[in-house]
Amino acid sequence: MIALDRKKAPEFHQVNNIKFLKPKSISLKNDIPLHTLSGGTQKIVKIDFIFNAGLWYQNQPLIAHATNALIKEGSKNYTAYEIADGIDQYGAFLQSDVSFDQASVTLYTLNKHLKKVLPFFKEVICSPLFSEKEFNIYKNNALEKFKVNLEKVSFVARSSFMNAIFGENNPYGRSPQISDYENLSLKEIQQFHANFYNLSNCEIVISGNVTPAIITTIDDFFGQENLGKNNTSNPNNISQSTNNNKIWIEKKGALQSAIRIGRQLPNKLHEDYFGLQIFNTILGGYFGSRLMKNIREDKGFTYGIGSGITSLQNGGYFFISTEVGSDVTNQALTEIYKEIELLQKEEVSLDELNLVKNYLLGQILKSCDGPFNMASLFEGVHFYGLNYDFYNNYIQAIKEITPKTLLALGVKYFNKSDLTEVVVGKV
Amino acid sequence: MINFEKFTLKNGLKVIVHQDKSTPIVAFNMLYDVGARDEDKNKTGFAHLFEHLMFGGSINIPNFDEPLQKVGGDNNAFTSNDITNYYITVPKDNIETAFWLESDRMLSLAFTEKSLAVQRDVVIEEFKQNYLNQPYGDVWLLLRPLAYQKHPYQWPTIGKEIAHIENATMKDVKAFFYQHYLPNNAILAVAGDVETKHIQSLTEKWFGDIPAGKVPLRNLLKEPQQTEERRLKVERDVPANAIYKAYKMCSKTHQDFHATDLLSDILSLGKSSRLHSSLIKEQKLFSEINAYVMGSYDDGLLVISGNLSENIDFETAEKSIIQELEKVKSEMVSKTELTKVKNKIESTHEFSETSVLNKAMNLAFAELLGDANDVNLEGEKYQQVTPEDILRIANEILNETNCSTLIYAKSNNK
Repeated sequence: MIALDRKKAPEFHQVNNIKFLKPKSISLKNDIPLHTLSGGTQKIVKIDFIFNAGLWYQNQPLIAHATNALIKEGSKNYTAYEIADGIDQYGAFLQSDVSFDQASVTLYTLNKHLKKVLPFFKEVICSPLFSEKEFNIYKNNALEKFKVNLEKVSFVARSSFMNAIFGENNPYGRSPQISDYENLSLKEIQQFHANFYNLSNCEIVISGNVTPAIITTIDDFFGQENLGKNNTSNPNNISQSTNNNKIWIEKKGALQSAIRIGRQLPNKLHEDYFGLQIFNTILGGYFGSRLMKNIREDKGFTYGIGSGITSLQNGGYFFISTEVGSDVTNQALTEIYKEIELLQKEEVSLDELNLVKNYLLGQILKSCDGPFNMASLFEGVHFYGLNYDFYNNYIQAIKEITPKTLLALGVKYFNKSDLTEVVVGKV
Repeated sequence: MINFEKFTLKNGLKVIVHQDKSTPIVAFNMLYDVGARDEDKNKTGFAHLFEHLMFGGSINIPNFDEPLQKVGGDNNAFTSNDITNYYITVPKDNIETAFWLESDRMLSLAFTEKSLAVQRDVVIEEFKQNYLNQPYGDVWLLLRPLAYQKHPYQWPTIGKEIAHIENATMKDVKAFFYQHYLPNNAILAVAGDVETKHIQSLTEKWFGDIPAGKVPLRNLLKEPQQTEERRLKVERDVPANAIYKAYKMCSKTHQDFHATDLLSDILSLGKSSRLHSSLIKEQKLFSEINAYVMGSYDDGLLVISGNLSENIDFETAEKSIIQELEKVKSEMVSKTELTKVKNKIESTHEFSETSVLNKAMNLAFAELLGDANDVNLEGEKYQQVTPEDILRIANEILNETNCSTLIYAKSNNK
């Protein structure tokens, strides 16, 4: 037997055969678009109702979140308790969420209980009540949570950063204040619901073990409903960009400073988007990134540092995020800028680039694993008017990108003078 | 149902293989039977610090992460009071890379001074980030020593204090490694589109020649039965008053565990649960309230924690919790209410089985606690719990003489 050479890595293959689960798209009797991603081994489904009712559509902070939370708290025919109990009774989970552009209401259930749970879910979707009583409970408890969040340096940094890069008048940027909770009005929540939660402003995505019977059931429950008036006209004006801000916020006694550095960037419809994602990965997008290697693994300044690019329907942004020891805040900032500048000055080596390429392809493979992950990928392109070609193009872009292109992107988008810096901690 | 096959190498490494042909990803989970409970009380936080050092290069491979990233894989690890668990996900064609990397760090680490110095700093920052620089972050640093007077659950995995991490030496690191990081102290679970035969030959190839060692006998102090009410009050610069009540309960392997878990679910799982509907919605005494079991391998805790609504005093708040507990102690829960929490267990289980990584982890944990096949029997054990069981357990544990209460008050200068 030949002795094992433990220094030598085993043979490996670059990922090159990624299978995307195809969506099937139909319409309910009343024309609500329904998309299904069927797969997996368990008899379970996830049902997403997605509305264009995210932060972008609100004229004041908190309205989108409050509406999304309160639709679960009582309806025409059931109290808040009855709805919660009706869903809990069958082991199902009701979740609702607000993102920058959209709001969703999601039901997770075993297939065998779907028909028993749907009457309650339908009440949430079609006839929420928005009672004064539930509104007050929500308002008080949300304010308490907000006050706790204000004590976290990371929360304050994130909120100030979004405000700084998008500006106070852009709904992506306006961050809530305590007074916004006090001024929250039930009337406006009801109005927001009427405008943005009607079924004509909605698409349904079902993933998991989606059988024809389930589709029929959904059509029976929702296909007869009146669609309501589509009123998605966007009330908001596009961004003002405010660059090169330096914002330092004091938090007395803080042991760590939260740092956010970044800027607005184009969204996934832009030709530079894939390159920017790859650039970001090298800089701070994975455990072996430049920032992690330097600021955590060499200097020990932080438990973690990362960066990301978020695509929005009406914009996008790049951010670096970390919490570092108070005493090393300035050194950490110097090192962060040093790493950014390095990517503007020196081409990344082929070794490093190949590693990142293989890593990203592996991540894409993982992100396609199972119907629930595929539903996220589908939603990630569908609402931009794109399809899976986007991911195939991304794979192609990863394979083809060169150190030169990355350097050029660094020069184009990552000048220090274009970056906003927010630090919250002991100043 | 998770089907699996199991074998053991000559050196004692146990291996579990689960085939799931539906996924292109393989999960590779290595569990070591060592956690914070195995630490010296003067050198706490060590199991977790050590977990960080496992990424600082091994005897033949200078960097753990890079070769894995290069083949499209990803990994992480966590330490609890009971175990240390390392997991990798990798495209199935490149599974051998996981064997290569994981076996080399079981064989021996590089033990560089640089890695120790940096990871000490990183862990100290982690200590600050999660325990000191967060509102309510130090709760477990306070509550554990109150609830446990003898058993090593009296400190959290991060450690009792930063000084313990600062003082860790290379000598400690090496001693810890040679005592605990042995094939006969580990369980490997592999899940994905794999053949047992292939996994068997890879395991033999990469782990077969790692010598077994002598694992120190675990001889932990048993926590004596609590007989008196324990209370601690602290003031902190936080926006809301909070209360934490920790009741002693059985270990995860005890026959009463499933019923106790369901009892905590009746109290607080979902918005229709008792504490949520009564204390938040009806009486408006809390802005947030939760009850949960710790699921620890030795005798554990059932914890109730809540943030008080503005202008509610501690006495009123605590009384309202105790009232709810008295109800569950004096009136049998209905079949419907019990079925509700059982249904939640069933669906949570079904959803968790959509991930090969979850399946690999659960198989390894179950094997450590006795038998990997217990993952398939859990559901039935929950279904068998009766309203009488809930009533009996509520009366056994939900007593103030069995409780440690932490009153976490906002300071007045706020």
